[in-house]
Amino acid sequence: MTTSAEAPSSSTLLDHVEAINWNRLQDEKDGEVWNRLVNNFWLPEKVPVSNDIPSWGTLTEEEKVLTMRVFTGLTLLDTIQGTVGAVALIPHSLTQHEEAVLTNIAFMESVHAKSYSSIFSTLCSTKEIDDAFRWSKENPNLQRKAQIVMDYYHGDDGLKKRVASTILESFLFYSGFYLPMHWSSRAKLTNTADVIRLIIRDEAVHGYYIGYKYQRALEQETEARREELKAYTFDLLFELYENEVQYTHDLYDGVGLAEDVKKFLHYNANKALMNLGYEAMFPSEVTNVNPAILSALSPNADENHDFFSGSGSSYVIGKAVETEDEDWDF
Amino acid sequence: MTTATMTSAQLIYFSSVSNNTHRFVEKLQLPDGETARLPLRTAEETLQATEPYVLVVPSYGADGGSGSVPKQVIKFLNVESNRRLLRGVIGAGNTNFQESYCIAGDIIAAKCGVPHLYRFELMGTEHDVSTVRQGLEEFWKQQSSLSAV
Repeated sequence: MTTSAEAPSSSTLLDHVEAINWNRLQDEKDGEVWNRLVNNFWLPEKVPVSNDIPSWGTLTEEEKVLTMRVFTGLTLLDTIQGTVGAVALIPHSLTQHEEAVLTNIAFMESVHAKSYSSIFSTLCSTKEIDDAFRWSKENPNLQRKAQIVMDYYHGDDGLKKRVASTILESFLFYSGFYLPMHWSSRAKLTNTADVIRLIIRDEAVHGYYIGYKYQRALEQETEARREELKAYTFDLLFELYENEVQYTHDLYDGVGLAEDVKKFLHYNANKALMNLGYEAMFPSEVTNVNPAILSALSPNADENHDFFSGSGSSYVIGKAVETEDEDWDF
Repeated sequence: MTTATMTSAQLIYFSSVSNNTHRFVEKLQLPDGETARLPLRTAEETLQATEPYVLVVPSYGADGGSGSVPKQVIKFLNVESNRRLLRGVIGAGNTNFQESYCIAGDIIAAKCGVPHLYRFELMGTEHDVSTVRQGLEEFWKQQSSLSAV
């Protein structure tokens, strides 16, 4: 249950376990997040991806290859997070309930990884699938990001593992998530996009939770160590960002979308930092995500929904309507 | 018998132990007494507003059904006078939650017939902070000219 920096064996598996009592929570967030994750549970088989077969046929060869490469890249990250990332955090948990939540996260990451295979088997031939997986093994920038994160997962520092994990959940996925949102904004592969939206929703809870636990663990550290971890976080994010820019150019230059993807990267890098309790780093001039992408993600996220900054479509003038106590239930 | 804590704050907010919304409100740098945080636990006595106010409320990815509005906020809004003094809502959330982004703000705005003034993510960026600070200033000016008529 407590962080241990001793022998490698103690940081890979817990030495001692007690029967978990969910009736005594030390951190209410554990119960809240467990419930949220359980309520969000889904399986790819529930989404009718086969309805996308006609739409898949309208993509050019280049667009198909791009889509498959993006999805194998995402598969790799989900595989890492499911079998190494979330599991590696368990020995560093602050509470037993956190350990249990991490097992849920690990399993769900494996569901995410499998859902790409289920999309592939619906839309593509075996040869195309094999080619895309081969590409993922050979692309240097994809392999490099996997290696950077894996190195930290194998270290002994529970806080650094949490930082790497939060950055993966809240930042590294988004060069890939961009593409299905792009197709969806053009009314293409919309069922596939529905699968990805379910994944995106889960990753938000994972990034929020692991980032929150990072901040709780940070409270127990000295000021010097906090400074060290903050510097480490920004260094790691920057290292991964530079690699991510290369990866984005590799993938998207051919279809002319790289600059648009980069805005989405900046926007999500800021959210990764906020999940870790740090201020956003990229200024609003470079985080202005294409509104079509943002609205494919979240239909009410545009400025028109804000009275302060937009056209004020949500503004209701006048006094509050009187509400009766009896109908005041949610 | 306990009496509810009175507050004349113009900005009342809920923030869970993650403190995201709390950090956002701190960054607004409003004068002391102009912000009030709702109690973390529902067992605690809720606040009682004495002046018109704007409510800041986070959403955590619920789908719009029960549990979408934090129960601490429900308890606060169950007080009739608190609903009467509510002038607007600011939602906090994460666009990853899609149509449920800031859903608690939508629900409260619709139920109380007040505008959902602004939405921001997590603890808000600098841009969010300056927009809200300026927006609130103008909003209160408008409100006082409306009530003067």
